[in-house]
Amino acid sequence: MKVSLGPVLFFWPKQRVYDFYEQMLQTSVDTIYLGETVCSKRRELKTAEWIELASHLAESGKEVVLSSLALLMADSELSSLRTLCNNAPVKIEANDISAVQLMSEKKLPFVCGPSTNIYNARTLRLMQKNGAMRWVMPVELSGHCLNTILKEADDLGFGNKIETEVFSYGHLPLAYSARCFTARYLDLPKDDCRFSCIDYPEGVEVRSQEQQALFNINGTQTQSSSVYNLLGQVAEMQKMGVDILRISPRAEDTASIIERFKSAIKGESQEISLSNSACNGYWYAKPGMDLIAENQPDAGQLSC
Amino acid sequence: MDLVCPAGSLPALKKAVDNGASAVYVGFKDETNARHFSGLNFKEAKVQSAVDYARSKGVKLYIAVNTYSQPDGWDKWQKAVDVAAGIEADALICADMGVLDYATQKHPNLNLHLSVQGSSTNSESLSFYKNNFNIKRAVLPRVLSLKQVAQVAKKSPVELEVFAFGSLCIMAEGRCYLSSYLTDQSPNTCGACSPANFVRWEETDEGLESRLNEVLIDRYQEGEKAGYPTLCKGRFEVEGRVYNALEEPTSLNTIELIPDLHEIGIKAVKIEGRQRSPAYVEQVVSVWRKALDSYARDPENFKVKPQWAKPLANVSEGSQTTLGAYTRAWQ
Repeated sequence: MKVSLGPVLFFWPKQRVYDFYEQMLQTSVDTIYLGETVCSKRRELKTAEWIELASHLAESGKEVVLSSLALLMADSELSSLRTLCNNAPVKIEANDISAVQLMSEKKLPFVCGPSTNIYNARTLRLMQKNGAMRWVMPVELSGHCLNTILKEADDLGFGNKIETEVFSYGHLPLAYSARCFTARYLDLPKDDCRFSCIDYPEGVEVRSQEQQALFNINGTQTQSSSVYNLLGQVAEMQKMGVDILRISPRAEDTASIIERFKSAIKGESQEISLSNSACNGYWYAKPGMDLIAENQPDAGQLSC
Repeated sequence: MDLVCPAGSLPALKKAVDNGASAVYVGFKDETNARHFSGLNFKEAKVQSAVDYARSKGVKLYIAVNTYSQPDGWDKWQKAVDVAAGIEADALICADMGVLDYATQKHPNLNLHLSVQGSSTNSESLSFYKNNFNIKRAVLPRVLSLKQVAQVAKKSPVELEVFAFGSLCIMAEGRCYLSSYLTDQSPNTCGACSPANFVRWEETDEGLESRLNEVLIDRYQEGEKAGYPTLCKGRFEVEGRVYNALEEPTSLNTIELIPDLHEIGIKAVKIEGRQRSPAYVEQVVSVWRKALDSYARDPENFKVKPQWAKPLANVSEGSQTTLGAYTRAWQ
């Protein structure tokens, strides 16, 4: 089982992006996804620069994948997507069906990202036939669902033709909008957002009026405030045949998280401390914000 | 342009048919459709009455099977498609590729529409659905501006339907998991957003509180109008400031855009609200029918009539209506 680094979901200054990936090259991460997936107005790195960075990172021998935008609403966004798909020196992660369409037309293998809505084996088979070599499960699906899908994929005879990746650590991407919530927070119109999300390297926290942390505003994306953490489920995922565990970059400590997941894969005993700000409910078909202790009697027994 | 209208019950369907719908869309009584609310929708036997009534008046019946099928419940989605095919529904509205694939293979003559839950916002994505499932029409998510709708329409390989009136989803439909994050049920998995069985109202010293799975969504002082705790419309705190951090309770009304939508080549406009009452359906459908007819009679001089505004305002969520994402400023 391998560990991947998901695309940076936040808007970081250019130099911070370069520094971050140089640091990631020093870790034992196997696969690096990179590119802008949230908002096309974020242009610290232009498409050509993402492509160049991908080539540079690929020289390390690590697998490198360019991630595409999730919500494409304008012709200009489609044309950037075409540039990306036409010139990518590495594989593409499709985060919208438009990218699936472009890559399947080219008959080139691609990764189906977490926002491509693969909820069942029939859909997975269709994506595999269209050229997907890997899929990332939608974040709201449970371990039980995943297990069932993988068994069905085997029964249908294509299980060994596609790899499975699970979003295993980080703020969960929960929703995309045309609206920018960071701009809204700052009372700025989206057209004049002043690229304000660059000031929030890990988003802006939204709490209930009772101070319960709920969401994390990241421009047009809404994330979970709690950090999804499946470190305690690594052995279970190994048994199911999950191929890759995705770590979603945070502002700090991403490298050490990667190493902790690496150790867990090796079965090295380690303390699994889940703080109050962690969640894993989705894995157990519970509300995503919940934190379920592994030894809870009904954990893992739930249906989808 | 066709007027596509919602019905969560037979009385609502009759109101839609009698007041000028071109087509009515309905769903079954389970999680196979995106308005899976208790007391709503059609049993298999009732759907036949629905289709009979609609057909007798020359109105089409569409069936929404527009949630995402999960491994344990596949037979429900399969059955929903089979029943829709059995009664020869005029269209099946789907989102999930597994469901679309099944419908294409098993019932090649079924007229397939891509649901708004399919989250297709651009021409390349629409081409994928056209190539793989031969969809004939797609309903566009309510995130696009009018200019963007026009761009999509120009290159779309299929007919387009857009939302005209009703509640407003601020997130791209089909890609919002906020509800399951708080309650374990989402529009995609269960056809429910902020489901009623998780809602709790309580009078407290600090005001009337609405909760969703115990999470405080809003708190109302005397005189404030309380709304259903749809979680994206709650008042939350961001760095010390309490406000509608995601969206205010407003609803969509695009009646003044009828000429633009027609020019762009939009094939159908859709009224949201299968969960609403027959009275809502009657009021909204009749106003929209008048507006569309008025435009058809004299497109050059089309004007929004003051007498259309009041009935629509009466049934709108929140205190105002908006053009939503169709105007650029909203974005």
